[in-house]
Amino acid sequence: VTAAAPIVVRARRTSSHAGRSGSVAWMALPALAIFTVFGVVPLVGVLLLSFVQWDGLGALHPTGFSNWSSVLSDPQLPHSLLVTFEIMILSWAVQTPMSLLLGVFLAGRQRYRALLAVLYFVPLLLSSAAIAITYKALLDPNFGLGAGLHLDFLAQDWLGKTNLAIGVVIFVVSWQFIPFHSLIYQGGVRQIPTTMYEAASIDGAGRIRQFFSITLPQLKYTIITSSTLMVVGSLTFFDLIFVLTAGGPGDATRVLALDMYKRGFQANLMGPASVIAVLLVLIGLALALLLRRLGGSTTASQQEGA
Amino acid sequence: MTTSRRNFLRLSAGSAAMAAGLAACGTSGPKTTGGSSGGEATGTGATYWYLTGQPQQGLREAQVKRFNDANSGTQLKTTTFQNDAFKQKIKTAIGAGQGPTLIWGWGGGGLKSYVDAGQVEDLTSWFGENAALKDSIFPSAFGAATVGGKIYAMPVETTTPIVLFYNKTAFEKISAEPPQSWGDIMDLVPKFNDKGIAPFSLGGQSRWTNMMWLEFLFDRIGGSEVFQNIFDGQANGWSDPSALKALEEMQKLIKANGFIKGFSSITADSNADQALLYTGKAAMMVHGAWTYGGMKGAGGKFVTDGHLGYMNFPPVDGGKGDPSDTVGNPGQYLSISSKASDADKAVAKKFLSTATLDDASVDAWVKSGSIPVVKSSGDKLASVADKNDAEWLKFVYKTSSEAKVFAQSWDQALSPTAAETLLDNIAKLFQLSISPQQFADNMNKVIGK
Repeated sequence: VTAAAPIVVRARRTSSHAGRSGSVAWMALPALAIFTVFGVVPLVGVLLLSFVQWDGLGALHPTGFSNWSSVLSDPQLPHSLLVTFEIMILSWAVQTPMSLLLGVFLAGRQRYRALLAVLYFVPLLLSSAAIAITYKALLDPNFGLGAGLHLDFLAQDWLGKTNLAIGVVIFVVSWQFIPFHSLIYQGGVRQIPTTMYEAASIDGAGRIRQFFSITLPQLKYTIITSSTLMVVGSLTFFDLIFVLTAGGPGDATRVLALDMYKRGFQANLMGPASVIAVLLVLIGLALALLLRRLGGSTTASQQEGA
Repeated sequence: MTTSRRNFLRLSAGSAAMAAGLAACGTSGPKTTGGSSGGEATGTGATYWYLTGQPQQGLREAQVKRFNDANSGTQLKTTTFQNDAFKQKIKTAIGAGQGPTLIWGWGGGGLKSYVDAGQVEDLTSWFGENAALKDSIFPSAFGAATVGGKIYAMPVETTTPIVLFYNKTAFEKISAEPPQSWGDIMDLVPKFNDKGIAPFSLGGQSRWTNMMWLEFLFDRIGGSEVFQNIFDGQANGWSDPSALKALEEMQKLIKANGFIKGFSSITADSNADQALLYTGKAAMMVHGAWTYGGMKGAGGKFVTDGHLGYMNFPPVDGGKGDPSDTVGNPGQYLSISSKASDADKAVAKKFLSTATLDDASVDAWVKSGSIPVVKSSGDKLASVADKNDAEWLKFVYKTSSEAKVFAQSWDQALSPTAAETLLDNIAKLFQLSISPQQFADNMNKVIGK
């Protein structure tokens, strides 16, 4: 399930350091060895499995491209792709502005902000499964928050209506991951030299002007890093959605990763499931490359460029 | 009370569901007894994997303990798993040749996939040698253990039909009698809704909960042959006129608000559907016999004060099905791995014949509120002291033993591939996002797969 993410990270590292690190290339060997054993070998296995018929129990039967043609012509695939991208884009659009603002806020040195930073961090300490179960209980239309507080607007069929269910997934994902991205932005903001802000205030720039003219441009690479993590990470959302909605109602929240699991481990169709796994890897790689392009190829730091 | 794949935890909803979720994600490891090599099938002694969840877990532990105490030379090592985690883990382990000696399961399509892969031992001749043991078990329980005329598993534990539960207090509130026909059900729906009581509770997110409704409607409208034809691989079996009629009636009940608002958000693994019935928010519920214990344990005085009513699913006017027919789980099953060593197989067989349906086990199952799969369980019922339990057990025994056809749950009877497509389409049917005809078309494509 998580095969996509590490590959992306490795690919980036090796390409950006290859030019100037010939003499210390051996340092990459341990990581490379682990990556080969746990990343490349299973990936090749999955690729081979996508060309066989296998129920997980019996013998393997090579079938050529029939798994590929059956998956690619299955109306479930475009639907799952649509749901995956819908959740990816919406959760990015919700998380980025909120984590950016929270990160800037938390970068301040005031003591109460340090305390808040610790509190904001709490959701990151919880496992996705625990979060999903908790929200499921809170959102129960008959015994959940709405019934407990006698607030009718909270007693909706949250996980039983298509749009509401997608909204709930995005909300819970954001609730879980905004603290992490805030942390990245907090670090990014603290890297910005204070002299730039001092110069700006001498020039008469107010807070909002400073934010848009200094903070935001200086955070360009932080935004790209955080967005890459969000976008590629959203491809592997599985545990949270699996526990929260199990892909339902119907197939309204069945993202690619869930579709892969259901085909492979519930319907015993390992071949078609492997096809989807390969597609997931390809989409993840393409997205990571695209985001890298967007960031430009320069490796110069923000301060040097500014 | 009896065990089934549906028998999710009946501890408090929160912690139980949390454990289930964690286990399903593989983050909480299984518990192994008797050494660290519980997962190996060969060379290290016989192994047995089974499900957690009380009271069944305690019963299984006691069985193993009795067996190990009585046979000091041949110890059985056990590993326990959460229900949902077990289903995937056992399949993967067997596929990798790491499965246990004794394979616990639900028979039917899942067992057939093991048989097709040559992973389980043919027990036909063993049952021939142990005719007395075979004769002591309900004959109906062997259906789901038989593949191609050969027996690959021993029915153990309990028989659990699906029944219609109702809350007597809710019926008093609208001064109505329990339904005697499908027409009565449709008439009761507006009456309950007017009083602010949901006619039926349903944990719709779990999908197989919805399936139980279709199992009964198919049977009552078209008779047991409708699903039998599908099971036998007859082309276009799902578009049988009776099947389409059943699907239409189903959607009629959904459109008439027959189920509690928000049923698609409710899961059976948190037992919220049972809670709706015993708190009086819903008047009726179609569910497995195994929920009796949960409602008795969690429902306060609901069961002990006699507010719980139950009946077999009523007939549909003009339907062809026999009203005595029932559906559910005729039993749970133990198979022996064909990959185990001969010594381990011998231990496993000894366990099957001496420790699974012995007197102590039968007594314990009856005491826990279940009917074990042995014929002698009828005689034990007289000794049950609790009046409510005795009445309930008599009802379950009567329903199981007098059923003309005791059909296995569809998702267990069909192959895993077809079952997943079925559950998927049932969820969409209950969402009203596909029509009966679309349901039939989608399902016809996986017949025989």
